[in-house]
Amino acid sequence: MRSLRGASALVGVADDASPTGELELSGRALEARMISEALEDAGLTLADVDGVCHAGSSMGLAEYLGIHPRFTDSTNTGGSSYEVHVEHAAAAIATGLCDVVIGVYASTPRSDRKRGGGFRGGPGMMMGPNPMAEWEMPYGLRMPMGPYAMAATRHMSQYGTTSEQLAQIAVSTRQWATMNPKARYQEPLSIEEVLASPMQSSPLHLLDCCLVTDGAGAFVMTSAERARDLARPPIYVLGAGTCHDHSMISEMPDLTVTPGAISGANAFAMAGVKPGDVDLLMGYDSFTITALLHLEDLGFCAKGEGGPFVEDGKTAPGGSLPMNTNGGGLSYTHPGMYGMFLLVEAVRQLRGECGARQVDGAEVAVAHGSGMVLSCMSTIVMGTEATL
Amino acid sequence: MSQTTVQTGEDKPKARRFEPPVSPTTQAFWDATREQRFLLQWCTDCQRAIFFPREVCPSCLGSSLAWKESVGRGRVYTFTVEHRPQNPNLVGPYTVALIDLEEGVRMMSNVIDCDPDQVTAGMEVGIAWEALSDGRHLPMFAPTDSTAPGGDR
Repeated sequence: MRSLRGASALVGVADDASPTGELELSGRALEARMISEALEDAGLTLADVDGVCHAGSSMGLAEYLGIHPRFTDSTNTGGSSYEVHVEHAAAAIATGLCDVVIGVYASTPRSDRKRGGGFRGGPGMMMGPNPMAEWEMPYGLRMPMGPYAMAATRHMSQYGTTSEQLAQIAVSTRQWATMNPKARYQEPLSIEEVLASPMQSSPLHLLDCCLVTDGAGAFVMTSAERARDLARPPIYVLGAGTCHDHSMISEMPDLTVTPGAISGANAFAMAGVKPGDVDLLMGYDSFTITALLHLEDLGFCAKGEGGPFVEDGKTAPGGSLPMNTNGGGLSYTHPGMYGMFLLVEAVRQLRGECGARQVDGAEVAVAHGSGMVLSCMSTIVMGTEATL
Repeated sequence: MSQTTVQTGEDKPKARRFEPPVSPTTQAFWDATREQRFLLQWCTDCQRAIFFPREVCPSCLGSSLAWKESVGRGRVYTFTVEHRPQNPNLVGPYTVALIDLEEGVRMMSNVIDCDPDQVTAGMEVGIAWEALSDGRHLPMFAPTDSTAPGGDR
């Protein structure tokens, strides 16, 4: 059995408590103090940190600290969360996913009670200050499509991308859906129909947006050794990468570049494959703009060239880069957190089980998940036995 | 200034939009909005503006922070026009934008006093205010005429 033994170490720690049972700081301020002290204890700085563990939201914490980790873990198993975090961090460090991980905990129930009923700072702040409630929610941005619409506006303004090009993504994806008997929509679609559908958050029309449907999925993983003796041909994980750089859209550094530029590059490097080796891209299509950004950030085309890239149906059946062959979130299904379906379709394609929509000779597939508002990207490169 | 409340049958006006909560860290910011003064938080060690306001500087984790009045000018980085608002009290279309302030920080806001069709990325805007129900004001932005002296509104 392979082991984490000796592969990583705890190098800095901090804690705080007082005989009164109360602390002056609370929430993020207290967490930041602990992190600062533990880093100092280790002789490291925040700039060294590329992994974050937090039992509430590793994304909210990273955003607050202004860092862009490539390993993230928000596992919450109650009081044992922090041991689980060390276990996961040890695996991540041992395999080179990241170098320096911080984990933190701060809770002030005694002071909170004194400050009044668990409220910290007024209504809507039961759990401490809520930057989204304070700095975004008053402005009436529609969620989740508003942030994606802002990304689309910026891409159009910066690179000349057009609504027709975005619509082409929906049209190409629908072509795949015509061959999926479980898809919500199976009738062909035209660019004109997309552009004529009601405007939601400009420049996104209704048919630029994913569905709202029921849906479910699951996966099972085991070791490569054991996989060889099981029922179906194993589909191997060749590479993996994750990155998040914000939680709220107003904190996204560049709305035309997602953290997929980092998660994708890392996953490809680990897998030893290049975009040109990929036979199938399952790229999370919450909106047409989402899929376009994936094409650029994963290196299938240069930044800014996603519009011209999709124009001639490259991602449609018969195109050079089959994308979202199940019909995607745009036409197959989208129950809210769609990433599961990316994995399932990629596995089925690589096994050759997809019937009419089967991509001939598919050996390497990429499942590229997008979380929150272009916030957290996670890329999985997988391949058949032949790719090992 | 845009209308901020809708009359209901009761004495108390009902908030039209979701009104921002106040935390101890941001009390000074929201207090200043009562006089329509727009404060930005600065790290006095790093000499850089911080937005959203927080308890420590996201660059150095230091807590030498101070409030300074913003020049209140910036440019639209990007935007969307909301045609079908989630909040039933809001009436579309209206513009939600990310504003890059001259001090080097970005914030979300609405662009008002401007037809949504006329808003562009890069457009110059200046601070405007909408009254909230409790005497505070919500920072908003309106186009500035860049040909006017000083570019002021």
